[in-house]
Amino acid sequence: MGNNAFMFYLFSTTILVFSVLAVTSRRILRAAVFLLFALVATSGFYFMLNYQFLAGIQLSLYAGGIVVLIIFSILLTHHISHKFDRPPLMNLVLGILVAVVGAAMSIYTFMKFPFKASAAVPVEVDMRVIGLQLMETGTNGFALPFEVISILLLAAMIAAIVIAKKAK
Amino acid sequence: MVSGIPFTYFLVVSTLMFFIGIYGFLTRRNLITLLMSIELILNSVNINFVVFNRYLYPDKLEGQFFAMFIVAIAAAEASVAIALIINIYRRFTSIEVEDVDEMKH
Repeated sequence: MGNNAFMFYLFSTTILVFSVLAVTSRRILRAAVFLLFALVATSGFYFMLNYQFLAGIQLSLYAGGIVVLIIFSILLTHHISHKFDRPPLMNLVLGILVAVVGAAMSIYTFMKFPFKASAAVPVEVDMRVIGLQLMETGTNGFALPFEVISILLLAAMIAAIVIAKKAK
Repeated sequence: MVSGIPFTYFLVVSTLMFFIGIYGFLTRRNLITLLMSIELILNSVNINFVVFNRYLYPDKLEGQFFAMFIVAIAAAEASVAIALIINIYRRFTSIEVEDVDEMKH
């Protein structure tokens, strides 16, 4: 087993085990920490695929930002020792059924589909290329979505402050 | 592309992650844990974008940019959702979905 395969299996086991724990753990703070591990392992995937910038974004924004936000909101709204009840049996069975049937159908479908791996020369993903494409307005450019996203972030931030502040 | 690992292995992992998120979304009864399930779902979609980009169109960067935009939208969504959750907690002193069934006092 090569290095690549070993790292792949390590990351995918981490992702799957901690995702399951994140949605089944009955203590909410633990669930948040398990979610953090799953997200960090995902950034390992991005490193394997040679998207270092994206892996950095994943670590700093997802693992560093969103999970911290979630943990803060847990601390604001919960007692640490609070334990959830088990979900009702009916919900549990239906949830597992939907997940298993959906996963089986999707996996069966894409296993049958003949994907053609491209032999094109991979583009070198460095900061220069990313920055140029983000600001480019012609073909291969992402200037418009970039601007729209920045407006969206600003609007979301203002909205969050307005919603969360105490009413007078 | 990563030598020694077929393309579909990544898709299997991301599919399983997606449906684990779906399972959590269907069975959880707390707003914050629902939000965490949504993060799992978004994250699995991100893996798909990146892997398709790397294996099928390595000479382009569309998948990477889409993943970046999804992360940004996930951050915006999480911040608004958490503001709403905190506001709901102030009004109802609970964020279990069963307790929050009135739209107006």
